[in-house]
Amino acid sequence: MSWVGRSIRRVEDPTLLCGAGMFVGDIGGAAAVRFIRSPVASGLIGGVHGPAYTIADLDADGVGNIEAVLHRPDYVRLAQPLLARERVRYVGEPVAVVVGATAAEAEDLAEQVELDIEPLPAAVGLEAALAPDAPLVHPAESESNVMVAGEMATPGLVEALEAAHVIVELEIVSGRQAALPLEARGSHAVTERFGGRTTLHASIQAPHMVRTVICDLLGMPEADLRVVAPDVGGAFGQKLPLAREDAVLVWLSRRLGRAVAWIEDRSENLMASWHSREQRYRLRAGFDVGAHLEALQADVAANVGAWPCYPITWGVEPLMALAELPGPYTPEHYGVRSRGIASHTCPMSPYRGVSRPVITLALERLMDIAAARLGVDPVEIRRRNLQSDFPHISPTGLRHDEGTYREAMELAVSHVDLGAFRARQSAARAAGGPQPGIGICTFSERTGYGTPAFAARAMGVTPGFENVEMSMDPSGYVTLRIGASPHGQGLETALSQIVADELGTDPSRVRVVASDTDRTPYGWGSFASRAMVLAGGATHLAAQKLAAQLGSLAAEVLEAAADDIVLADGRATVAGTSVGVDIAELARIAHHHTQRLPAGAVPGLSANAGYDPGGTFSNACHVAEVEVDPDTGGVSMRRFVVVEDAGRLINPMIADGQIRGGVAQGIANALLEEVVYDEDGNILTTSLMDYLPPTVAEIPDIEIMHLETLSDATVTGAKGLGEGGTIGAPAAVLNAVNDALAHLGVELNEMPATPERVRAAVRAAAGGNSAGETNRSTQEAPVQ
Amino acid sequence: MTEISAADVAVPVVLRVNGNEYRISAEPRRTLADALRDDCGLTGTHLGCEHGVCGACTVLLDGEPVRSCLLFAVQAQSAEIRTVEGLAAADGTLHPLQEAFWRHHGLQCGFCTPGFLMLSAGVLETRPDIGDEELREALSSNLCRCTGYQTIVEAVQSVRDAGEA
Ligand code: FES
Ligand code: FES
Repeated sequence: MSWVGRSIRRVEDPTLLCGAGMFVGDIGGAAAVRFIRSPVASGLIGGVHGPAYTIADLDADGVGNIEAVLHRPDYVRLAQPLLARERVRYVGEPVAVVVGATAAEAEDLAEQVELDIEPLPAAVGLEAALAPDAPLVHPAESESNVMVAGEMATPGLVEALEAAHVIVELEIVSGRQAALPLEARGSHAVTERFGGRTTLHASIQAPHMVRTVICDLLGMPEADLRVVAPDVGGAFGQKLPLAREDAVLVWLSRRLGRAVAWIEDRSENLMASWHSREQRYRLRAGFDVGAHLEALQADVAANVGAWPCYPITWGVEPLMALAELPGPYTPEHYGVRSRGIASHTCPMSPYRGVSRPVITLALERLMDIAAARLGVDPVEIRRRNLQSDFPHISPTGLRHDEGTYREAMELAVSHVDLGAFRARQSAARAAGGPQPGIGICTFSERTGYGTPAFAARAMGVTPGFENVEMSMDPSGYVTLRIGASPHGQGLETALSQIVADELGTDPSRVRVVASDTDRTPYGWGSFASRAMVLAGGATHLAAQKLAAQLGSLAAEVLEAAADDIVLADGRATVAGTSVGVDIAELARIAHHHTQRLPAGAVPGLSANAGYDPGGTFSNACHVAEVEVDPDTGGVSMRRFVVVEDAGRLINPMIADGQIRGGVAQGIANALLEEVVYDEDGNILTTSLMDYLPPTVAEIPDIEIMHLETLSDATVTGAKGLGEGGTIGAPAAVLNAVNDALAHLGVELNEMPATPERVRAAVRAAAGGNSAGETNRSTQEAPVQ
Repeated sequence: MTEISAADVAVPVVLRVNGNEYRISAEPRRTLADALRDDCGLTGTHLGCEHGVCGACTVLLDGEPVRSCLLFAVQAQSAEIRTVEGLAAADGTLHPLQEAFWRHHGLQCGFCTPGFLMLSAGVLETRPDIGDEELREALSSNLCRCTGYQTIVEAVQSVRDAGEA
């Protein structure tokens, strides 16, 4: 009986259920750190007065600057100080730092600090930052606010567009959003009085990477810094990049020789951690008479904020859009220009799905609009355009391994019974009042990519591989040390299932050690839907090696051939016989009676493995059903269906949890969540009264079905699915909103589709105005 | 120097939490959440916003779910306080709600979990027959960023249906 494929309960849970988890804020015993942040979006620092440390103190200690680098000609390279130097560039930028014995004392000290800043004009939104006379965010380093730009076109694109039967043009806008982990960021640093080693506990996703960069900045050997990610209360990409604050904490603790802690509050988190996804896509697409997408041209602009994030750089959103925009479709001709535009706003980090929620929104709106123009059903147009020959090589050279794009869609639409829905919709249209709508979204999710994919980006550091170290102790229990850094995904449980199958043991006899640089091999952490594929693959390979060691030892003990040994149910047996020995006994022998080992065998039982695959694509189809009130602009979710193909499911319960959580975020991204700045760069959404994550009232039950195409691109057959829910849901929801109001001539291509934007689109349709223009001017905070 | 106001001067406070008495000294401005976490060492009660929206800090005050970030410790002196640490039995047996959250995968990162457990315990103890709609309504006062809520609702429903809370 296999453990892989079973929904066993998570080993992570009992501790968390009893309130015995250890999050950064639970460590205690430290002086409290508070950052003094810029109150203005742009300005020159005249002076900092009061009991605070500033960049001058860091400079005096020789602390370096952060350099997030892409080796490409069109990339603006900067040296970012840990605290603002000379200039501030966004509201919330850390300028100074105070240390108090208690949080209350630190707050009092912070109040005594005076910032003398001469305000300057700020460039806030995309349009303002692109204007010819825009204030420059980095005037010394760049003559414009374009920080990174990429361009490509296949030969023949222009001719193909000219020859198209129908051209569809479309502008898609995504508001700025925040990943909003329920636990904000935070860190705790303590330096040993003797020996001088520092331990940093931080709420982060990639502890080894953080150790490297902090040691580079502070000029210290990596062996002198231990970085631990204890329990992490959600991250979703926001805790992947280096936090300047975490580096400052290590410096403070070494300088002061005391334990220091910084616990970010919610308004800091919303104002000054990281934002994501403020993007605009302009598409021009040529379809032939058979409704096939022949040529796709795109202009993408991403507001990348005031600074790049390390190590992912300014390029993360715009260059992903460039590379992945054709999505699951197969245009022969593709051309794109994609730019990252700096502005006087909070820097951007990857957030679950990164650019793909907006890429998918653009493509799926395109398909629906083209379908209407060409008089084809939305399902039919996708049927004709989705990938079906594998491997498919995209115009940007991405290899799509086998997937079930069409099959997933067919299954989803047959499950929702489109015919019955359309009948209900006609009745509702006749009756007036709130209108039902349905939206389809098909997409691919690029997952599990290792070094080759990152190397292609020419990053200053190239993430990629994952390593694991596995050993069996004399009691027969397995310890698995991983470089990945799970934080709520259930990876420990899933890995224990993989180990259990290979070693013929029980998952309860596996202990996974993660997120501590002192106790784990170097690795890149958990992000980009990669941990199950990479750490899972490395675990699978290491377990095979350990199984071979157990097999040859059992062969020796049982006087049989190693090839005949079967490991199952805690025993090593000779195939086809009842002759066997307990694995626990083999573990004893391997450590305590090594005279019985085969000649030349190394005492003990351990195996290391690394895994570094080229990557794979999961695919899914989402169908959303909504009800829209044209009079109030209110949208409510009625139904949500997901058909997901993520290859082999290690633990279906955990996979479904990832999908549900991802879809909930995607629905909220589509309808509710938006970070709003005024034109001077003051942020208006700094509490959960203004920035609106969903409650249970906004999220319907999510019906999930699985297809399992076992990928030849990964050793376990698993593909990864951590981001898919968030990638597909916004497009499904916006297509549904548009479908609900199609009879009114409404076209709404901006997310979040707040009541104000829906109303504006309805008014624009009634007045014959361009919905796009009306929507752009709507900047009020959304209401629930 | 900032002036010292009465709110800054620590006073003795007695809190009864999970049946135990904690004699602490706290400034009148100290929130119940901070007192529980920092003075009583009960860090299972989490802080997700400190402005009364997320519900991660939910505890029971005389059986009623309250947001401990919005109360002062001194206001809780005469009450019976219950936190997540008191849910499981003394011998470690999980409370039915803890079991149900585990079985239904009602948690991922676990940061919201103590708040949801205490909220659900308070709701089911006062309204053991609560209907599905009212239950969703009640659970909508807390935020979870990981699960999408469905499995939390299912977990609480299962305990309600078994009449276990
Ligand atoms: S911390 Fe109390 S409601 Fe969020
Ligand atoms: S489980 Fe992470 S916030 Fe609910």
